[in-house]
Amino acid sequence: MDGKTQSPPAIPHRPEPLIFERGAPGRRALDLPAPDGPLPELDRLVPASLRREAPPALPEVSEPEVVRHYTRLSQRNFSVDTGFYPLGSCTMKYNPKVHEEFVSLPGFSRLHPYQPAETVQGALRLMWELEQWLCEISGLHRATFQPAAGAHGELTGLMLIKAYHAAHAQPGAPPRDEILIPDSAHGTNPASASMAGYRVVEIPSDARGGMDLDVLRRSVGPRTAGLMLTNPNTLGLYDENILEIAALVHEAGGLLYYDGANANAILGISRPGDMGFDIVHFNLHKTFSTPHGGGGPGAGPIVVTEKLAPFLPVPLVEKEGDRFRLVYDRPQSIGQVRAFYGHFGVLVRAYAYILAMGPEGLRQVSEDAVLNANYLLSRLREHFAVPYDRPCMHEFVVSAAPWRRLGVRGLDIAKRLLDYGFHPPTVSFPLVVEEALMVEPTETETLETLDAFADAVAAIRQEAETDPDLLREAPHRTVVRRLDEAGAARRPNLCWPLAGGELTP
Amino acid sequence: MNVPEDLKYTVEHEWIRLEGNRATIGITDYAQDQLGDVVFVDLPAVGQEVQAGGNLAVVESVKSVSDVYAPLSGRVVAVNELLKDAPETLNQDPYGQGWIAVLELTQPDEVQGLLDAAAYIQHLSGA
Repeated sequence: MDGKTQSPPAIPHRPEPLIFERGAPGRRALDLPAPDGPLPELDRLVPASLRREAPPALPEVSEPEVVRHYTRLSQRNFSVDTGFYPLGSCTMKYNPKVHEEFVSLPGFSRLHPYQPAETVQGALRLMWELEQWLCEISGLHRATFQPAAGAHGELTGLMLIKAYHAAHAQPGAPPRDEILIPDSAHGTNPASASMAGYRVVEIPSDARGGMDLDVLRRSVGPRTAGLMLTNPNTLGLYDENILEIAALVHEAGGLLYYDGANANAILGISRPGDMGFDIVHFNLHKTFSTPHGGGGPGAGPIVVTEKLAPFLPVPLVEKEGDRFRLVYDRPQSIGQVRAFYGHFGVLVRAYAYILAMGPEGLRQVSEDAVLNANYLLSRLREHFAVPYDRPCMHEFVVSAAPWRRLGVRGLDIAKRLLDYGFHPPTVSFPLVVEEALMVEPTETETLETLDAFADAVAAIRQEAETDPDLLREAPHRTVVRRLDEAGAARRPNLCWPLAGGELTP
Repeated sequence: MNVPEDLKYTVEHEWIRLEGNRATIGITDYAQDQLGDVVFVDLPAVGQEVQAGGNLAVVESVKSVSDVYAPLSGRVVAVNELLKDAPETLNQDPYGQGWIAVLELTQPDEVQGLLDAAAYIQHLSGA
């Protein structure tokens, strides 16, 4: 350790076998006692037609084998608990551990979704209050917690737009079948719009990285169902023309959808509802500090204006006096988009976070996130090209195009950062910037951490000048080295061979 | 960046080889370099009618998924089956073995709207 860079822990470079490749026939993690009395006949429990003929090929392993296998794998993960994770657009902020205490309280963890509402008043109150808070933060009217992630919130929001226009259709008018999306948008925006049956109209960015208003003026019209916008956008820039954008879309009869992926920049400072948005999704796993993705449970609640509230999924929580109940009788609702009420455990953590922060604390979250991003940009700018150069919000995008003369691409820088113990920033996105590196430090990082990251980038810049192969072949110190991503996608091998040589999916 | 003289181009980085009423379509060397390693090409169906500016194919790389637009209107008369098993051909030989589809043109006048090599090079230098 030279004091400037973090070294990753020494991990032996040996492959971890699959759990199926461990163990021995007949080995068990625990022995169950023989039953005391006679068992019912198997045919009475499971009809023969539904029973498999041979037992499944499950691993036969001892408990320590299982625990060590998964613990070892978990130690190979990079997480925000083990290192700096400036993955742009993903807001990998630290998740306070005290949230786990709250969510494991039996009154939250031992509930069943079919319990009578009278027995789960605390849980309903938590959902009702969290809804009030998200409405206040966004400047909107009502919310649903059902969407399980941001993109799911997008799809749900687009279904609301569709239901709204269907309910307000003018006879003889052309179909409102177009969604306008800027070229800097997250790929999920056009994907969600297509999934909802819309045609996507792309709006280019202007010279300052905002939406090109002239093109927008030409593009809105009687077929405009809505516009999807992230503000600040994926370049980390606040679109200064948002009020004019909103007016243009509203005058054409369209609705505005706010992709809340970058909401960590605006808490307590500006509200999407005040900007003119009709629908907002928040990623609780980004902005409100709940555990992040990786296929695990997220939450992408959407918040809407009063005129869209009748179309929200059912049920909603209603408060009557000091009691709470779930209301399903909402005739204009689009129905359910997920079982029950979404990922309730995630809601408990977000509730705890907002309650702990309070209004002033949330504002400080965004102010510190923006400050950290601008500090890191000021330290990194000498090594990169900075497109759309103006103060950034909570994240920024630099271009590694100047490194091309050394034969080094953004991906190589990202891989080399792993050797220095940092998770790389997002690369190759947004698509409007060549060799993009998108950096989001978040508010939870210290000055020392930000400096260590900037020092690592400076050191990598030196390496690129003297030994570019070091970057092109990186990482060198991780459990697995440079992966053949193209080969894995072109010829995926999703099977493993059993001892007998037979391939099993 | 390789830009053959004998081809036509679009600002969306497609190339067009004109032979009578037929046009062979691919993506340029610049486009394949920007995309990075191509891992999948979603080809149109032979017989499919396409409008100029409409979707012709989808190219998926390790970085992104991109639409290939039909530069001209016509009917698809051939597609490059090689790309199904060897999408990397699009990186290795974008103007040759990496062609995507052949169109039989229904609006031959649209050819007037294509760029020549010099205009495409100018477009790239302005990009």
